[in-house]
Amino acid sequence: MNKYEPVIGLEVHIELSTRSKMFCQCSSDYFGKEPNTHTCPICLGLPGAMPKANSQAIEYTHMLGLALNCQIPLSSKFDRKNYFYPDLAKGFQISQYDLPFSQNGFLEIQIASEHTSGVSKDAARHTPEVGQARTKKIGITRAHLEEDTGKLNHATIDGRGVSLIDFNRSGVPLVEVVSEPEMNSSEEAKAYAQKLQQIVRYLKISDVDMEKGSMRIEPNVSLRKKGEKSLPNYKVELKNINSFRFAQAAIEYEIKRQAEILDSGKIPVQETRGWNEFKNQTVSQRSKEAAHDYRYFPEPDLPPFEFNKNYFVKLKKSIPELPDEKFKRFQDEYKLPPYEIEILTRGQKVANDFEEAVKIGNPLGVTPRQISIVMINKKPDMGPASIIKGIVSSLTIIKVATAEELHEIITEILAKHQKAVEDYKSGKENALSFLIGQVMRKAGSKLDVNSVKSMLQEKLRE
Amino acid sequence: MIDITDLTIESASNLLSKKQMKAEELAKLFLARAEVLNKKLNCFITLTPDIAIDQAKRVDDFIAQGQKLNDLAGIPIALKDLFSTKGIKTTAASKVLENYVPVYDATVVSKLKDANTIFIGKTNHDAWGHGGSGENSDFGPSVNPYDQKRVPGGSSSGSAAALAATTCIAATGTDTGGSSRLPAAFCNVVGLKPTYGRVSRYGVIAMASSLDSIGHMTKTVYDNAVVLNVTAGHDEFDATSSAEKVPDYTDGIGRGVSGLKIGLPKEYFEKLDAKIKKVILDAAKKLESLGAKVTEVDLPNTQYGVATYYIIQPSEVSSNLARYDGVRFGNFRDSFGSEAKRRIILGTFTLSSGYYDAYYLKAMKVRRLIREDYLKAFKNVDCLICPVSPTLPFKIGEKVDDPLAMYLADIYTVNANLAGIPALAVPCGFIDDLPVGMQIVGPDFSEKLLYQIGYAYEQETKWYQQKPKI
Repeated sequence: MNKYEPVIGLEVHIELSTRSKMFCQCSSDYFGKEPNTHTCPICLGLPGAMPKANSQAIEYTHMLGLALNCQIPLSSKFDRKNYFYPDLAKGFQISQYDLPFSQNGFLEIQIASEHTSGVSKDAARHTPEVGQARTKKIGITRAHLEEDTGKLNHATIDGRGVSLIDFNRSGVPLVEVVSEPEMNSSEEAKAYAQKLQQIVRYLKISDVDMEKGSMRIEPNVSLRKKGEKSLPNYKVELKNINSFRFAQAAIEYEIKRQAEILDSGKIPVQETRGWNEFKNQTVSQRSKEAAHDYRYFPEPDLPPFEFNKNYFVKLKKSIPELPDEKFKRFQDEYKLPPYEIEILTRGQKVANDFEEAVKIGNPLGVTPRQISIVMINKKPDMGPASIIKGIVSSLTIIKVATAEELHEIITEILAKHQKAVEDYKSGKENALSFLIGQVMRKAGSKLDVNSVKSMLQEKLRE
Repeated sequence: MIDITDLTIESASNLLSKKQMKAEELAKLFLARAEVLNKKLNCFITLTPDIAIDQAKRVDDFIAQGQKLNDLAGIPIALKDLFSTKGIKTTAASKVLENYVPVYDATVVSKLKDANTIFIGKTNHDAWGHGGSGENSDFGPSVNPYDQKRVPGGSSSGSAAALAATTCIAATGTDTGGSSRLPAAFCNVVGLKPTYGRVSRYGVIAMASSLDSIGHMTKTVYDNAVVLNVTAGHDEFDATSSAEKVPDYTDGIGRGVSGLKIGLPKEYFEKLDAKIKKVILDAAKKLESLGAKVTEVDLPNTQYGVATYYIIQPSEVSSNLARYDGVRFGNFRDSFGSEAKRRIILGTFTLSSGYYDAYYLKAMKVRRLIREDYLKAFKNVDCLICPVSPTLPFKIGEKVDDPLAMYLADIYTVNANLAGIPALAVPCGFIDDLPVGMQIVGPDFSEKLLYQIGYAYEQETKWYQQKPKI
């Protein structure tokens, strides 16, 4: 296995949460709705119907492109991707071919450094809890906009196997984000997908729910000999993945499967394989021989777009602080350990609550670190005001104990456990934990461990 | 006693507003005539008498209430069967859609409804708009009212025949490569191919989306302007429709041609049949005598038009027809006629990877050159005059086994579609009792000018008064 290095690229489809569909006025909120109730002549592809582009969806795609550090072409267009499938109403999908709304970007993931060679200098960000880590840039080839298809439901009616088509999803705006094949492990692929999900959530352009299918991951996996730089001459595309866990498992399975084939001197077949969550394995779905010629050509029903600079200036202003920027600012402003910042900035709500709590806590002498610890160790959704209330009241207890009782208790415990004191002084660190425990038990009230610890240490130095 | 074959939109509207005739009465006369003549001409796929009577009664109510109505109110019209009509079967003249009933109206149809026109029925045409003779209809060919052994021209064959035979006073058509102009010329009526984007395509079954324009036919130039007043305009459902302001096309139609510069594109006359050439040049002389200046102009890329058109058009056709797979509606794909199959195969080939650059992309480049030819010419002249068809209406069956010969019927019309510019086909005489039409071609959104010129010529010649003997 160690002979090979996995080469992984990801195609991620994200359904945008615009109010209406990509090319018609139907509601795009189709999940769980009665089949074929969110339809009209346009998304049903009835004769004569024509598409009208949803400008909100285009804006969202541009926002994502900007957030992914992409180049945004000033002119763009839609193209027709022609293929047959029963869930495809028009016999073609309106998509983008050679002028996507954004291209050539990147996103950054944090990875454990043992997976890579050559650790970058800014690896110092990370705490021991996550191990030595570094930042890796993953290239984004393109992020283009297209329409989703309908959905087939296979059922048995009157003893007959039938396929039913639900067009509620037909025409829902769908962004396809294609990465460069620059990930080298299933962990990296997972980190990439999670980071992409986080960015999209920050932008509030999709609920990116893997289970509902509003985010779909299709990894391309192949292996090359370690040390080789060129891409393998085959790749396997994985489908039917509806969780990050499955994505990782499917990639792991595939790495093993392909390594065995390569070990036997053969080259894995270029094909599409589906993840079977019951068998825990990938299963061949379609081989290269059946690959489509999509016969792309410019969509004649939608004039090409010309965007002006002003539009992008406005759009940039509407983009909120993104995860990486927030991370860096939290480091600079609050001097928290990276591990804590990572948790605090996973979502905007927690990050905002934290910052609000810092504001409320500051005049009361509560430090960002104290807030961070409370939010990470306890449920973080208690709201900034009650976080501060909790911290202030526990501080009060400690103050009372410190002034009157704690001093006495510590003296008493130290006298009672001479052996432990000697142990500690001769260098046995865990003797301190024992003494802390004794003090805590004796006090019988909620005490701040750190305060007890520092007071004990002080006493022991006397 | 009124002879309804004399009626124009202008005169019929006058009768109705002056209460000399009720809309219902008028509708019944036309319905009866359509019923009878359809048996001879096969110009309708569906007749809609119940709807027509309802619509006419409503018009009579409005008139009785003293409401001021549009010029098209109460006017019997026929709709090409590519126009989606809510609740009325819309077949595209193909067996594939022989039982398809749309759930919505095309934008033009709803505009015509709002204008209180009377729907006589849905007209026959080459299936999907594919053809220049009407013979590609899966419901049999329509015949030319001027000679029932001959084709009425296509693809809007039924509309032209129905109008020439006065089973309606106006008829809609589509024009992707000449489909409104050619039948207009063959049937001695006025046919418009508007500027691309001037009239909404929404709801009209697409043939080749970048070339399709929504036209119509009338007996007179004035009538044609009246219809465009209703159909033109931006449509939020057609992203390719233009926001260009819609003028009143009848306003100033009688200004004449004095001082206007008219170009004769020499490439259109080089190999032209001598008799047809004479008729067209006589028309040009007529306009000259009315004060226009006539000069020869060059459109050097003219010869590439048909080849370019027969790459782009089938490419788009192959994609547009993909939805008729028999899964959701309509019959299975084996119901497609041979011409549709031919175009699907051609277009699928020209869009295929490895061939796209050599065919579709190259054709799009030539298309641009053809448009530039026109733009250059329009720097020196206000409009162009040229023939509509290289031949007179030909015999039914004459070209059915020779698709290439059939495609060449489009030789003088396709370039306006490639360029996206407007063209008006106006009757300009007869050869051996068969109608001949000329085209007046102008720059983008010059429909008003085309009407002005067509009207001046028509006032002098009145070819529309020569009715078919049926």
